[in-house]
Amino acid sequence: MPEITTQTRDPQVTTGTDREFTVGERSQAQLVFRRFLQHRAAVISLGVLIALVLLAYVGGALWKYDPGQYTPDNSVPPSWDHPFGTDSAGRDQFAQVLRGTRISLQVSVSVAILATAVGTLWGSIAGYFGGWVDTVMMRISDLVLTLPLIAVAAMLAHNFGGTWYLIALVIAALYWAYVSRVARGVVLSLREKEFVEAAKALGASDSRIILRHLVPNALGSILVNLTILVALAILIETSLSYLGFGVTSPDTSLGLLVSEAQTALTTRPWLFYFPGLFIIIIALTINFIGDGLRDAFDPQQTKVRQ
Amino acid sequence: MLAFAVRRIVYSVPVLIVASFIIFWLGSASADPLAPLREKNPPAPQNVIDAETVRLHLDQSLIPRYFSWLGGIFTGNFGPSVVSTASIGHDLGDRFLVTIRLIAVAMVIALVLAVLLGVLTAVRQYSKFDYAATFVGFLFLAMPAFWFAILLKQAGVSFNLAVGSQAISTIGQASVPPPQGTGAYILDIIGHMILPTISLALISYAAWSRFTRASMLEVMNSDYVRLARAKGLSRSQVMVKHALRTALIPLTTVTALDIASIIGGAVVTENVFQWKGMGDYLVQSIRMNDVYATASWLLLAATVVIVFNLIADLLYGVLDPRIRYA
Amino acid sequence: MTSPEEIDLSPNGSRPAAGSAPAKGDVVLEVRDLDVSFPSDDGPVRAVRGVNYALRRGEVLGIVGESGSGKSVTSMAVMRLLPNSAKVSGEVLFDGRDLLTLSEAEMTRVRGSRVAMIFQDPMTSLNPVYSVGAQIAEAVRAHHDVSKAAAMDRAVELLDKVRIPNAAERAHSFPHELSGGMRQRVVIAIAMANDPDVIIADEPTTALDVTVQAQIMEALSAAQDVTGAAMVLITHDLGVIAGQADRVMVMYAGKLVEAGTAEDIFYTPRMPYTLGLLGSLPRMDRPSERLTPIPGSPPSVVNMPPGCPFGPRCPKHAGICDETEPELRPTTSSEHLAACHFADSLAGAEAGDVFDTEVADPDALAALAKESQ
Repeated sequence: MPEITTQTRDPQVTTGTDREFTVGERSQAQLVFRRFLQHRAAVISLGVLIALVLLAYVGGALWKYDPGQYTPDNSVPPSWDHPFGTDSAGRDQFAQVLRGTRISLQVSVSVAILATAVGTLWGSIAGYFGGWVDTVMMRISDLVLTLPLIAVAAMLAHNFGGTWYLIALVIAALYWAYVSRVARGVVLSLREKEFVEAAKALGASDSRIILRHLVPNALGSILVNLTILVALAILIETSLSYLGFGVTSPDTSLGLLVSEAQTALTTRPWLFYFPGLFIIIIALTINFIGDGLRDAFDPQQTKVRQ
Repeated sequence: MLAFAVRRIVYSVPVLIVASFIIFWLGSASADPLAPLREKNPPAPQNVIDAETVRLHLDQSLIPRYFSWLGGIFTGNFGPSVVSTASIGHDLGDRFLVTIRLIAVAMVIALVLAVLLGVLTAVRQYSKFDYAATFVGFLFLAMPAFWFAILLKQAGVSFNLAVGSQAISTIGQASVPPPQGTGAYILDIIGHMILPTISLALISYAAWSRFTRASMLEVMNSDYVRLARAKGLSRSQVMVKHALRTALIPLTTVTALDIASIIGGAVVTENVFQWKGMGDYLVQSIRMNDVYATASWLLLAATVVIVFNLIADLLYGVLDPRIRYA
Repeated sequence: MTSPEEIDLSPNGSRPAAGSAPAKGDVVLEVRDLDVSFPSDDGPVRAVRGVNYALRRGEVLGIVGESGSGKSVTSMAVMRLLPNSAKVSGEVLFDGRDLLTLSEAEMTRVRGSRVAMIFQDPMTSLNPVYSVGAQIAEAVRAHHDVSKAAAMDRAVELLDKVRIPNAAERAHSFPHELSGGMRQRVVIAIAMANDPDVIIADEPTTALDVTVQAQIMEALSAAQDVTGAAMVLITHDLGVIAGQADRVMVMYAGKLVEAGTAEDIFYTPRMPYTLGLLGSLPRMDRPSERLTPIPGSPPSVVNMPPGCPFGPRCPKHAGICDETEPELRPTTSSEHLAACHFADSLAGAEAGDVFDTEVADPDALAALAKESQ
């Protein structure tokens, strides 16, 4: 089906009255924003995620119990006093989960930003220069990708890890390769695009091509990937914690909370379900937001309202 | 075709060699195999530590140590373990057979599920079914592998309690001791595989299903599918012969690229179901600072990944005539 | 340039003599009040608005228009190959049946066997993973219960008819091994495979080199000779139609704005838009004339205001043009229809009489050049 464009240039009227046929031009940002708003799941997810982040940071600070504080109530199920119950040592699980959420978010956002920065740089350099630079750099990326991330991260984290920023560093050190591949692909495809060639033919400078044509067009893919990385990182951190190579006490994370509670599944299920639910909500909402962003940035929008 | 295959195989050898060095270097740099001995209380006598240093080749520097390890692998010797009686090659071999069983079956289930759901959601784009399947897919993408495995395991336990049998085993990869008779043995293996494979498959299928959907949608909007319809082929003929056949080609590459993360998922799944597979071996080796065992594990995993990618490349050449002999 | 009446494409002579009223049995495909709209963010896009035409056995009917005029959508609607989101109304009568009301299974039997279609871009029209022979054989087997080998023989025969050298060998080639022109011949062979009554060719030469275009037009003529089919030739290029079509229809903004025999359209057009199209066509027979471009661009077909859609670009524009959209009305003969309030006053007009030869605004051009730097 031919794409139905909403942008039409004003007919250059040379005779007769001036009549409006166009629906009006829209800027790229407006279009992206409008399309994002049409993705209902993404908009709801964004709301939920913002609420969750506020709860973790603001709510956590205001909550009557501190994480790690021992209360006289041991192993009580969820109640008004302890919405998520308490563990066998009497620690309030709500406060614990909020702290775990903060640390898990810190880990995953750091991973996403670090890996995106390094990977984008690496991939764009490889894609932009091409030739042997590209070959060597991408072989290195491929090499990193042949290793199961969890295994290498476990090995490194066992000896260097423990605190949240070291775990983030370890995971980012492996994820950048994935990003570099995506970034290279984007740069390669953009380099061949007609509008870049047209700009070159018009004598536009390299910096103008990069700033006016490459960056705005690559921004979408990079942003989408960054979003998805946050979700991936939160799950990897969780798995590492479960295997015993993640964040360790006195730090805590959602992954650590669940893995500590795995034997309590039948006796004190609240300890297992609440942190797990938080992980799912975070990863789910982030994935939906990423999906909404992808749809919004996709220039080949073919979705027609039903 | 043969030349293409040979070239690809030859090409992957240097990749594997470089990978092996990085693996060995990372393993050696990140762990001290003698640390447990030194930290023992009371401390181990110096002569014991010295003997271990020699046995583990720690008196040599990294490069000669690496080459003696690599050379040994060709003769089936994967280097000395910190457990002096253990043979890394032997243990890894046993555990590899256990794990590959899990991975292979889970991948087949995941692929079938992914293609089925991917095609159905593409054909019924924006239907209620599409939205429901998409949401479930996103849910599994967001689910921590072990969290889901633990839930499934608990469900298995409840099921066994309810029916009063052990038809679905929740612990280990086989009964100890194994039951008598080939039939009983196979049933036992299958009973142990049900939950872990379902768990791993469900955690893995979603990304492929999304990919299949996108790929199908792209092909379904292509000019050649339109021409196939204009020829007078029925909708189902067009879907199978033209859309599906072409849309699935890129899935081979995507699947192969994901094999590393499937292995990662298997490590976690095995730990939940207490399989004595590669996952358990990795965790133990890392905990004991067993450098040679960890490095050998990673090398084996890297080899599997490279072999899978090789197969995917060859398959791609067979499936897509544009790539052939290229 | 040959005038249309010198070309006789139908060897069997079943084509009615130009100008004579067609006998009822002669009409093979008739489109009545066809309307197509697509939903969009800004309301329905009315791509086709009330199109009527009849195609007679053995004739070539040219449909001309700019991109977005609805000419391709019209033919896709006839084949029922539009996406489900498209809303189609009206009638498409073929063989006494309305194609729009057929079941999907019945329509599948019509497609390819009775009505065949050729698409614009041969680079993407063929499935990359099957040999071209297999793709032709597939078309044969879709409608005939023959063995694979027999279908393949037929495929080779068809490739030979569209003048592909070494047809037997070429049948085993994959699309990527053939040039664009070769691929389009394969697509033509697919259209011929079941001796259809109607072949719809949607911009068959647009994506090809000029040097190849003439060869493809020859192959199309050959296809028509062999099958005896009537042809709908859709193009934006009047030059392509000039030597081929018996009758021509001009489309603008989803509507027919002029229809008639090729002579009517080329020599006595009665719609300013047709005049403009002719004026922007370089002509070998009148080298001294200046080209007269049509100013502006086609309107968006979303939220169309009342009045003539060509009004804002029209040099004959007057007050009435903004109020009522002109109906398609007979002019010189009952065959020659035009939709213009001033159709009668255009008798004998040349493009140069109506359009300016210099409409480009030098200031606007300079601004454009500046902006693109």
